Amino acid sequence: MNKVVPDAREAIRRAGIGDGAVIMAGGFGLCGIPENCIAAIRELGMRELTFISNNAGVDDFGLGLLLQTRQIRKMVSSYVGENAEFERQFLAGELEVELVPQGTLAERIRAAAAGIPAFFTPTGYGTVVAEGKETREFDGRMYVMERALPADFAIVKAHVGDAAGNLVYRKTARNFNPMMAAAAKVTIA
Amino acid sequence: MKSASSRERIVLRAARELQDGFYVNLGIGMPTQVANHVPDGVEIILQSENGMLGIGPFPLEGEEDPDLINAGKQTITEQPGASYFSSAESFAMIRGGKIDLTIMGGMEVSETGDLANWMIPGKMVKGMGGGMDLVASANRVVIIMTHCNKKGASKVLRECRLPLTGVGCVDRLITEHAVFDFEDGRMILRELAPDTTLDQLREMTEARFEVTDDLAEMTW
Repeated sequence: MNKVVPDAREAIRRAGIGDGAVIMAGGFGLCGIPENCIAAIRELGMRELTFISNNAGVDDFGLGLLLQTRQIRKMVSSYVGENAEFERQFLAGELEVELVPQGTLAERIRAAAAGIPAFFTPTGYGTVVAEGKETREFDGRMYVMERALPADFAIVKAHVGDAAGNLVYRKTARNFNPMMAAAAKVTIA
Repeated sequence: MKSASSRERIVLRAARELQDGFYVNLGIGMPTQVANHVPDGVEIILQSENGMLGIGPFPLEGEEDPDLINAGKQTITEQPGASYFSSAESFAMIRGGKIDLTIMGGMEVSETGDLANWMIPGKMVKGMGGGMDLVASANRVVIIMTHCNKKGASKVLRECRLPLTGVGCVDRLITEHAVFDFEDGRMILRELAPDTTLDQLREMTEARFEVTDDLAEMTW
């Protein structure tokens, strides 16, 4: 089976990403981000998108490019402090943000990929992160229940790929890419 | 330049926490500088939560690799034997207690070992990154920070006023004036700087602490 398509734009179109889609985007800072897919989404102009991504890029690179064009309605991230346009849209109430501790974000995505609906983690117990969530004691320590975080689509960056869709990642450009590739219904690399 | 020398003192004292063979995660900012002062004869393996064990020095100009960065998003190099893994594996390693020591900055520490270091209400909230995961782990957590804020108010408090990063998560606190340990909900003074008296320390510390019987002079 050959999964190769002519370009990122065609891949996004064939995957059926439309307005309001929930999309995982790999990367940590500006390392290992799917820049070609981001550019294609910008060209195609879908709106009201939700992105699950550790960061929100900077003003002129990464997901920052889609903030410029107001295509993002919501971000699910662990750290968003590198982007002035993000800050402006957030403070103006134009952008919704859900902050998730980085390890919890990674594990929620991994859980979705692995068919685990929820898990208990010590992260965030006793903080605002745990508000409204089930907590439980195991062996004398307190844990917070976190739910799996699935998505219809993932856009990821890999170093090498083949026609069957196998991917190899390079150095710290790996980060969130492998879990996202496994968690989404359709992954574009 | 009191603040510069205070920070230098804290970094140097923190470097003495490093023991041979330790796997260590250093936070962004002042903690990153601890790596420049590894004691002679001590070899450590630095972990970066974005998915790497075996961080080397910063690269020479022209040799930067955009696929090789630390958690502070600076380009770095790799040590021989370095390995790479996903963010999920990285935090599995952290929560699973496979990292011996985490050194992180702080905004406030309470007398029961609570930590606040990720948000200030009313200011733009940037996110907690991996900080909450690192302090919730089974790792030893050492917090380094200046004793007081810029207005001279204690950052070592009875209770944190800022939103918490973790509850009872601090094992040791190092400031420019003292070293405290947190054991079973108690705060214990272990080391006092030579230019600080116990009375002065109590004056600048809102938290209530015990003094160990074998109080040592803080060196760096």
